[in-house]
Amino acid sequence: MAVTPVVAGRSATLKSTLPISSELEVRIRKRFPNPEGTFSLNVHFRALAGFTILFGASGAGKTTLLDCIAGLTEPDEGRLTAGGEDLYDSEKKMNVVAWKRNIGYVHQDLALFPHMTAQENVEYGLRGLSSSEKKERSLAILDLFQIADLRERPPAEISGGERQRVALARALVTEPRALLLDEALAALDRPTKSLLVGDLRKWNQHHRVPILFVTHNHEEVFALGDEVIVLDAGRIVAQGRPHEVMRAPRMEMVARLSGFENIFDATVMALHETRGTMACRLEKSEIELETPLVRAEAGSKLRVGIQAGDLLLATEDPHGLSARNILPGTIRRLLQRDVIVSAMVDCGGIEFEVHLTLAARDGLKLGPGKKVWVVVKTHSCHVMEA
Amino acid sequence: MNWEAFWLTVRLAGLVSALLVVIGIPVAYWLTYSRWRWKFLVEAAVALPIVLPPTVLGFYVLVALGSRSPVGRWWESLTGHTLAFTFEGLVIGSLLYSLPFAVQPFAASFGAVDRSLLSASASLGHSPLQTFRRIVLPLSKAGLVTGFALSFAHTLGEFGVVLMVGGNIPGVTRTISIDIYDQVEAANYSSANETALVLLVISFVVLSVVYGVNRKAWVVGPWR
Repeated sequence: MAVTPVVAGRSATLKSTLPISSELEVRIRKRFPNPEGTFSLNVHFRALAGFTILFGASGAGKTTLLDCIAGLTEPDEGRLTAGGEDLYDSEKKMNVVAWKRNIGYVHQDLALFPHMTAQENVEYGLRGLSSSEKKERSLAILDLFQIADLRERPPAEISGGERQRVALARALVTEPRALLLDEALAALDRPTKSLLVGDLRKWNQHHRVPILFVTHNHEEVFALGDEVIVLDAGRIVAQGRPHEVMRAPRMEMVARLSGFENIFDATVMALHETRGTMACRLEKSEIELETPLVRAEAGSKLRVGIQAGDLLLATEDPHGLSARNILPGTIRRLLQRDVIVSAMVDCGGIEFEVHLTLAARDGLKLGPGKKVWVVVKTHSCHVMEA
Repeated sequence: MNWEAFWLTVRLAGLVSALLVVIGIPVAYWLTYSRWRWKFLVEAAVALPIVLPPTVLGFYVLVALGSRSPVGRWWESLTGHTLAFTFEGLVIGSLLYSLPFAVQPFAASFGAVDRSLLSASASLGHSPLQTFRRIVLPLSKAGLVTGFALSFAHTLGEFGVVLMVGGNIPGVTRTISIDIYDQVEAANYSSANETALVLLVISFVVLSVVYGVNRKAWVVGPWR
């Protein structure tokens, strides 16, 4: 362990000498404004040591929730405990002020102090220690996050990824009893992100604190989450392991948030138990899709969700493909968003949204009216309850 | 050139702007962070000297400092003389007269510090006052220099308040702007011109400092 034991006078706030009962229990209500009106945040959950993802669209109340936990804003009512200690209790009229909560919070814009060097930023949270102890601890954590060579530089002179590391090191050096990350890694490219998450996991192996990680990016949910909580308009609409909640979404809301552009009502036609698949006919069409097998009966109604990025388009009837579903159709319209092209393809009463690259659109000379085949892999079909 | 009046004025402006840093910082802190619903009334009161004729301000200060007011009587019992027509009285009048020129830049620069830095500081265990000392004040250096310089320059050139509160006592309350007035009255134009020029140069230098510390790189222009 890189961090040295602390002196007696500091042990009350820096908890490394105390056993950490690492659980965060949150039960709060708070009304909060967002661009679409006033929402009521109303949540109750526990977060154990490790990553818990708070997932939801912007405006779902994620940041308000984190601000309540950090003590930056006061809930209307409820109770908040960290490591068995009350931080907020509306019944007892108690509210521990933010600067006494010892909860690490890395804000979306990082909020590094611009007039301090990286090392001074990290040492800022180490209060009541001698300067040699501060130095020792800050260097240890700068080392762990591989930014020791940047310690003399101000935030303006280091890269975005390095700034993220400084912000994390600054929050962790105080040994918080919980860590809140508000889209703190959103600006990073994927390799940088996974390296940083690796370092964070390494740190947490020793500290075992709950890490609440806010994101609206569904890729991050799979990459990080031990547990995911899905928030919508201030309420928890789903909770569980990421692959349970996200891969087999049971609720359409979750599906929409998870990025399923195509959601269809369907009827189970036949079960192929030996092959692990089943045939589902999409409502209002003759289309039958082969989907993964779920516990269902022939004739039962369900929904199939398919991500637009999982679909392929061919301009000729494809042969020799492993994909089981090949559907002829006609392009109705193309929409360009950024570098992604959304093709809306009519396959006999059912419209599929397919995401393409600009190069694919131009290379295949795609345009409205063009005859195409939509290719759907069996395992791109996610089955959920109707 | 009346050097006695010059040094008296510099002494007055230096003392007033230094005191205004001490008084202005807490006032600006309160104006920046208070959520009191009637705060705007205090803001308006602090800004009053900007629009009020100096003679009006001077008149009220004179009345307040005179031997008929409780403040004046208290001071008289303490020191044996009234505040009116003294250097101390001049200092008090000038403090009020230049208050907005210190408080407004202070408050503006405190308010410009990103709130997320304050949240971060709180999450790192610092109380609002500690945060103010270690984050807000260092990041408000330009505003502090501006407030100091503007109140210095403003006090340097005051006329109406000085005349009302201090009178025109050489070496005690005769400031440089009053000296210029006297010289013009006596048709002593070359001397008035000399003194006025000194005041003009000092004011220009002070304002250059203000704009210099507040400049952004891109304001300087592409020829740099």
